[in-house]
Amino acid sequence: MRVSRAAQQVLAPAALVVAAALFGATVSRSTEIYVINALVSVSIVVALYSFVGNSGVVSFGHISFFAVGAWAAGVFSVPEQEKPAFMPYLFDFLSSTTVGNVPSLVIAAAVGGAFALLVGLPLMRLSGLAAGIATFAVLGITNNILRYYEKIGPGLNTFSSVPETTDLVQATVGALLVIVAAFAYQRSRFGRQLRATREDPAAARAVGVSIYRQRLGAFALSGFLAGFAGGLYVHFLPINADAVYLDLTFITLAMLVIGGATSLWGAVVGALAVSGLDSALANAENGIEVLGGTIEVPAGTRIVVVSALMALVLILRPSGLTGGREFSFERLVHRMRPAAREAVR
Amino acid sequence: MSGLLASGLTDFVGDALDLQVQVDAIGLGAVFALMAVGIGLVFGVLRLVNFAYGQLVMAGAFALAFASDRDWPVGVGVALCFAVVLALSLAMERAVFRPLRTQSGAVMLIATFAVAFLLQSIALLWFGPLGKTATSLVALNRPVSVGDVEIRKITIVAIITAAVCLALLVLLLNRTSIGLHMRAASMDFSTARLLGVRANMVSGVAVLISGALAAVVAVMLTVQYPTVTPTFALQETIVVLAGVVVGGMTRLLSATLGGFLIGYVSGLLGGALPTAQSQYLPSFLFGLVILVLLVRPDGLFTRHRGLVERV
Repeated sequence: MRVSRAAQQVLAPAALVVAAALFGATVSRSTEIYVINALVSVSIVVALYSFVGNSGVVSFGHISFFAVGAWAAGVFSVPEQEKPAFMPYLFDFLSSTTVGNVPSLVIAAAVGGAFALLVGLPLMRLSGLAAGIATFAVLGITNNILRYYEKIGPGLNTFSSVPETTDLVQATVGALLVIVAAFAYQRSRFGRQLRATREDPAAARAVGVSIYRQRLGAFALSGFLAGFAGGLYVHFLPINADAVYLDLTFITLAMLVIGGATSLWGAVVGALAVSGLDSALANAENGIEVLGGTIEVPAGTRIVVVSALMALVLILRPSGLTGGREFSFERLVHRMRPAAREAVR
Repeated sequence: MSGLLASGLTDFVGDALDLQVQVDAIGLGAVFALMAVGIGLVFGVLRLVNFAYGQLVMAGAFALAFASDRDWPVGVGVALCFAVVLALSLAMERAVFRPLRTQSGAVMLIATFAVAFLLQSIALLWFGPLGKTATSLVALNRPVSVGDVEIRKITIVAIITAAVCLALLVLLLNRTSIGLHMRAASMDFSTARLLGVRANMVSGVAVLISGALAAVVAVMLTVQYPTVTPTFALQETIVVLAGVVVGGMTRLLSATLGGFLIGYVSGLLGGALPTAQSQYLPSFLFGLVILVLLVRPDGLFTRHRGLVERV
């Protein structure tokens, strides 16, 4: 059976996610947590990819959409009687409304998308360094406000008592949904137009593509997906404002760049590879038993290794592990058999 | 309501014009201008935005703390600070900047982002989240009274140091042949190379000068904030980066002015915002940054608006 190239582009990342989920179903509970975390990371990184990968514009601001998504889902799903304990200053309509799991995820996505659209309206006129710094400024403002404005969330407190509904199944389904959405977008005429502006802005303009509109659309879509991922995250871990700031921005960008920023396949591979490495190191920080003795890696080794790896990948292979290309079964076979390559020549 | 707003605004302007606030804001602007020069100089030659600049300052600050822990004389501490920062700058240039010279700006920025986190996490491993204290220069934090204004000695030192450093840099750029090479490289790197400018030489010198400025900034910041943690100078770097882009990265002068301006403005906001709003200072500052970028994406102090697009 021959699978078309388009189908391969979505089936390969989806298969990888399902494989990770199946692995998660067979291991111990403590390892399963790492797998769920990796799957949520896939959602964030693919959301980030749908803008950064297709437009070629680096955004440091996506964690703000993730954060408002997390805030929205968290505030709406904490049970009413628990809210005053750590969110005493909420607006009335927030403290008196509680919604279920799925609606809270929908709200998270909607809030993330709306915020991205609002921010994108002025910001997408910028490009290059100005755009990078402006998205950074958005991240700074969002974090500052979430940290201190206690009418919309817990402020400096940690989101406790959010129902922990993001289990292996939800994380997997969520990651698959985000992958399918990103795939549908990149195959659509809008996605293709945006990719054209990435490859050659002048030529794209010459054939009538509006760079501003295409970027804005992708920005809003990826804000929507990032908000959704934020919703998944707050239902998984008790987070606070510090957890959704520079470190997360760094690690998600690292995942995208290490995997290969210009392909969906690269985003998924990067997210899973870096999460896997990160989990292994986290385990090592707690001590691993090797041949009867315990090796303990000092706490904090994870970020040292991940950031060194990211710098290395950028220096040795700037287009990422996957070369920024989509998965192709034919190319894989081709590479496996040097003889076939010779025959082609 | 509008009366309330008007009186709030009058209070704000009144506080902002207060001499004390002005002096402190200028002092902060001077330190930020030095960081802006360090970032702008490397950008000019290598077209690389060095996000890891703050971690150079952090490393220098840890060197000072290390020295003050052992009760070494101030001079030795400052020398150690310079040695550490310069060595680290050179290593960074060799290992990261040089191999990435032909890559796009975005790749280089993300690479320095990675270096920043690498250095920060090494510091976290080494010194822990609480960090260390650098106390040997704290005497400079004491105020002297001039009229009604209490000026901390460090503010005077900062302003004078910044002026001297900038003057020396102008001399170097305009009166020496390596300065000429650097200016040529920042106008057009490949043509400059064709004309005999040695690429590794200019980028090395630019990075060294930028490192020396980072060491100076480390000394001055540790006087004001003696507790050195792994995130030391991180917030400042982000603000200065924004300021440099707001001023205009394409010329060193406009980048420096941008750095000074954002330091000055954040000093004013810090001094004049009512206490209830002061926690939102970053929001006000970044909001201003976004506004300026929208109106003048190429920078406030640049002469030409927008490059002509060549197909």
